[in-house]
Order: sequence, then structure tokens, then C-alpha cells
Amino acid sequence: MTTLVKLAARNIWRNRRRTLITAASILFAVFFSILMTSIQRGTWGHMVDSVVRYHFGYVQIHKAGFWEDRSIDNAMHPEDLAETLSDAPELRSLVPRIESFALASLGSRTKGALVIGIDPSLEDSFTSLRNRVAKGSYLANGDDGVLIAEGLAEYLDLQINDTLVLISQGYHGTNAAGKYPVKGMVHLSNPELNKQMIYMELAAAQWFYGAEGLVTTLVADLNQASAMDEFVGFARSRLDTASYEIMDYTEMLPDLIQARELDLAGGQIFLLILYLIVSFGIFGTLLMMVKERSYEFGILKAIGMRSSQINIMLWLETMALGLIGCCAGVLFALPIIHHLKRNPIRMQGNYAEAYEQFGVEPVLPASTDPQIFIMQALTIFAIISLLSLYPILKIMRLEPVKAMRN
Amino acid sequence: MHLEKFDMKNSVIEIRDLKKSYTETKVHVHALQGVDLIIEKGEFTAIVGPSGSGKTTLLNIIGGLDRPTHGNVKLNGQDIGLLSDNQLIDFRRDHIGFVFQSYNLIPVLTAKENVEFVMLLQKQTQADRDARTLELMTAVGLADRMHNRPNELSGGQQQRVAVARALAPKPAFILADEPTANLDSKSTADLLDLMATLNQEEGITFVFSTHDQRVIDRARRVITLEDGKIRSDEYRA
Ligand SMILES: Nc1ncnc2c1ncn2[C@@H]1O[C@H](COP(=O)(O)OP(=O)(O)OP(=O)(O)O)[C@@H](O)[C@H]1O
Ligand SMILES: [Mg+2]
Repeated sequence: MTTLVKLAARNIWRNRRRTLITAASILFAVFFSILMTSIQRGTWGHMVDSVVRYHFGYVQIHKAGFWEDRSIDNAMHPEDLAETLSDAPELRSLVPRIESFALASLGSRTKGALVIGIDPSLEDSFTSLRNRVAKGSYLANGDDGVLIAEGLAEYLDLQINDTLVLISQGYHGTNAAGKYPVKGMVHLSNPELNKQMIYMELAAAQWFYGAEGLVTTLVADLNQASAMDEFVGFARSRLDTASYEIMDYTEMLPDLIQARELDLAGGQIFLLILYLIVSFGIFGTLLMMVKERSYEFGILKAIGMRSSQINIMLWLETMALGLIGCCAGVLFALPIIHHLKRNPIRMQGNYAEAYEQFGVEPVLPASTDPQIFIMQALTIFAIISLLSLYPILKIMRLEPVKAMRN
Repeated sequence: MHLEKFDMKNSVIEIRDLKKSYTETKVHVHALQGVDLIIEKGEFTAIVGPSGSGKTTLLNIIGGLDRPTHGNVKLNGQDIGLLSDNQLIDFRRDHIGFVFQSYNLIPVLTAKENVEFVMLLQKQTQADRDARTLELMTAVGLADRMHNRPNELSGGQQQRVAVARALAPKPAFILADEPTANLDSKSTADLLDLMATLNQEEGITFVFSTHDQRVIDRARRVITLEDGKIRSDEYRA
């Protein structure tokens, strides 16, 4: 066995050019598959993160059934919940909201709106809502005015300091109605939200809906997105899931998730094509190798080396090349991917606009998830292991007399 | 035929009615058409004949590198037609020494390692291998080139290392297909001297093919092939 290892090592070293070509083609395969996967995953991570952080958050807790009907009757007392979840390590804060639909009118114009009560400072630290104020000013604690989305304001043809009339059904069938001065307008890049959002200070909204001390929604502000599953598990184990629904963003935003799955599937096809091209490249070098060395293999077989021994030697050579190439590919990719994470590729033109419309910065950041590096390197290595069967089959059939006739 | 003439106990190669046809090609080639031959221990025999007469085919079949279409080959009393492929490989390793026309040596191994190689395959001990390699490299006059790679040796030196390697497992005989074809006359003479010395002093059996009259002149038995048959079989003094 040591003889075979020695032979394999020397063969790799002797034919440095072939070694270099093969290792380089493996390196590029690993590099490109990592680059592709990491940018695609990173971009989607960024996209989801932007969309999620814009308003919905990664996890929301409601009374069971609220998400379905958005009825104010599904409001709840937040204190016990907050108490129960306060020792979740991933949780930064629980952002309270009370939200339901209302009719908003100014003069003769009326439109349906989502009237949402917020804690101004908690909401701002979570969604940076203050930065989106385009005209007027942000809400303060104890404020009796409202912030209105630009799209809605435009429809109602309304100016700062105009008085908006809101009418809705309050908690348990009470009437909800009130007049509210418009304090500011916010620019919401999500078109759906821009058409219907009206923000109010939490206490004012609770009073409006006749639901003092109640909220409909607690948004979990987590330390990091990756802690989501852990937090959901924790919350589900602590809370009575018959009374409360703990929803993560995949349940709240199924369209986004579907778009992501579709795009990732497209990426898989692209990867498959890449693997195929790479396989042909590596196969080519193996083909050449067997052809170039068949005389040598003929001699080895003639003087008494068994096919199995020659095969172990060749297998060691191929695996070593695969290992060198894969490691080199990962090492080569690491700094570049890290660079692309910090200085992401910026999109231009129509794509950029489409992204910006949804409040997503038009960049393609790379993901440095180590799993990507490991998976891609392992996949290419598996392909090489499979391809290394070719020389083995060739050697088993090799007849020394024919191999040496040239 | 001279069959009766030989003492059968001393024969290392016994061939009966050997035929070999190549049928993969459009025109079938009958490379050997009934060869009977006995080679005894200690012979120094040349196989000669015009190009295409079947010399290489005969040597390949004797060496177990190729299987005959008809007839059988007994080496050291063993009918090699009865061996499986792997048994045949082991038989070659243990009983037959090969010297090919050129590029005999494994390029990545030094001269010493090339000579040692078959003994490694046989799992001989390090001490045995070292002693035998030194002995053989000295015998072929290359004790000072032990650690050179084949590409650092001349063609003649490479062929001498090939002879040393062929001798390493103490085979029953050595087969050499045109071993001097790529050598200049000085190297040819040196290699022949070496082979003749090994034959006379150690009793090593050599069977070699050649076109070269100077090599033929050194043989003690010359078998001439023509169209796959033995045309003549002469002994020299
Ligand atoms: N694999 C093969 N397929 C078909 N024909 C073959 C094959 N090997 C040898 N032959 C034919 O068999 C005959 C004998 O060939 P062989 O190589 O034994 O001759 P040789 O005496 O060694 O010739 P040379 O002196 O040129 O080396 C030739 O006609 C050759 O063309
Ligand atoms: Mg020949």
C-alpha cells in the first residue's frame, strides 16, 4: 500500500502540468458554484430581510384566528405574553400593534384603510419608520394625530394638518369614530402598504377601537434572523397554541417565499449545467491521462502488477487531485465572497428600480454561510469520485500487448 | 522435429502446435501457424525472421501476455492456459522476466526502485530487497546509478536496468523482444556481453528476438521464423 501511495504521489508530482490543469479546472468549478450559490442565497437573504424588516417582522404573535380575519375582536392583553416570553434569549423586544380596517374620509372622498396603532419609539427602532416621513413630523407619545401613507394621502387629496375622519367597528361591536389631524406623510415603497396605511399612537388607537390596554399583534424583534426557528419553537412551547398563533414570515408572506423557491430552482438548473460542463472538462483530462499512460500501464501489468493495484494507485491520484482542487477552490472563493458580502454588486437600470419599488436596496450581496462552501466542494468532489470510475474500468480491460503496441 | 532429443525434465518452455490468428481485422491474419518448440534451462536463444514473421506474437504468448488461438504453452511444467487472469499476472511476476524494446522502466521510480518493484509486489522484506538490488545493480555495472531516474540514464543503461529488474524475482527465464533495437552498436555490445555473462556464470536462460546480425552471431541457438512457422533451428558451437 505504501508503494502505491508513493507511486501516486510521484505521478502527481512528475506530471505537474497535467496536475495543474486538472486541479485548476476543479478549482474553477468549485469557485463558480460557490460564487453562484452564495450570491443567489445572499441576495435572497437580503431581499427577504428587507421585506420582512420593512413591516412584518420575522415573527408575529396574535390571538388565534386574527391573521385570517383581521378582526379587532381578536385583540389580546399583551402583558402576560410579554412576561412569558421575556426570557427568550433571541428576543430584543416585542413591538405592540393594534390594527384593523377603517374607512377614512376627507370631504367627499372615502377609502378603506389599515389603521394601526404603534408605540412610536419601539416601532421606529424596529422598522425605522421615522426615516420614511416625507412631509410633516413623526408621531410622539401621547400624540393625537396620525401619519398617513403618501399613496393614500394622494387619493384623498389631503394636506398636512387636514382633519381626517375615521370610521370603523370597535371592540365587541362598539362604534369607532373620530377626527384626527394629519401630522405627517410617510413614503412606503411597498405599493400595497402605501395605498392603505394610517399610523396612530398606540393609546389613541386603543381608544379609537374601544380596546383599552389591548393589542392585536406583537412583533418579535429578534437579535438575528437566523434565530427565528429557535424563537418560534420557544414561543410555541411556552404559549397555548390553541389560543395564540405564532407565525413566522414564511406563513405571513407566502408569495415572497414562492418567488424565492422558484428562483432558487432556476439556480439549481444553472448549477446542474455548470456541473455538467465541469464534468466534461475533468473527464477530458482523465481520458487524456489514460491514453498518455496506457503504455506505462501495459508495462506495469506485464511485469506483474494486478489491475486492482494499478487502480488503487490511479484512484489515489484522482482523489488527491480532487482534494487539492476542491480545497484550492474554497480558499480562492473565501476572500472574494467575503469581499462581495461587504461590497455587494450593485444593480443598474430597470432591475434597480424594480427592487427599489419594494423598498429593497438594489444590491446583490454574497452569503458567507459555510454550508455553501462545504456543499459545493463536496458536490464537485462526489462528481470527481464518480468520474474516477472511468480509468478504473479502462485499466481492468487493458491488455498489455495492445497497450504496448505503438 | 527434434522433440525426442531433449531431456524433458530440464525444459523451461514447452510449446505444442501453437497457432495464433487475429480475426478482429477484415483480413484474418494467421500470425503463428503451428509452432512446436522446447527451450531448455540455460539456453541463449535468438528468435529471428523477417518483419511480420511472428516473433513478437510468439514471445508474447510464451510470456503469458497473450493467449493462443490453439495449442498450449507449458512453463516450468505449468500449462498457463489453465490459469485465470489474475493467476497469470502472478505467474508472470514470479516466473518470467521481461525486457521490452524500450521504455521498460517506470518513469517516476529510480533505477533501484525499478529493480525493487517486483520484489515489493511479491512482499519480500526490505533487507532481502536491498541485498538483491545491490547485487543486481552491481552485476549490470550500474551500482553508482542506483538513485537516478530513467530519464537520467542512457538508452543502454536503461536496458541494463531492465535486465536487472527482470532478474530480480529469480525467474525461470528472461524474454526480450528486440532489446537492442533502439541502441547504438557500443551499447548493443555491452548489453549482449552482460546477457552472455549472466547466462554463462549464473545459468540464466535467455530467449530474445532480433534483426541485428551482430546479436544473432552471439546466440548459441537460432530459431528462424517465416510466415508463422519455424523455418530452421540451428545450434552454434
Ligand atoms: N493485434 C493484431 N491484430 C492484427 N494483426 C496483428 C496483430 N498483432 C500482430 N499482427 C500481425 O501478425 C503478424 C505477426 O506480427 P509480429 O508482430 O508477431 O511480427 P514480428 O515478427 O514481431 O515483426 P517485426 O520484426 O516487425 O517486429 C503480422 O502480420 C502482424 O501484422
Ligand atoms: Mg516484433
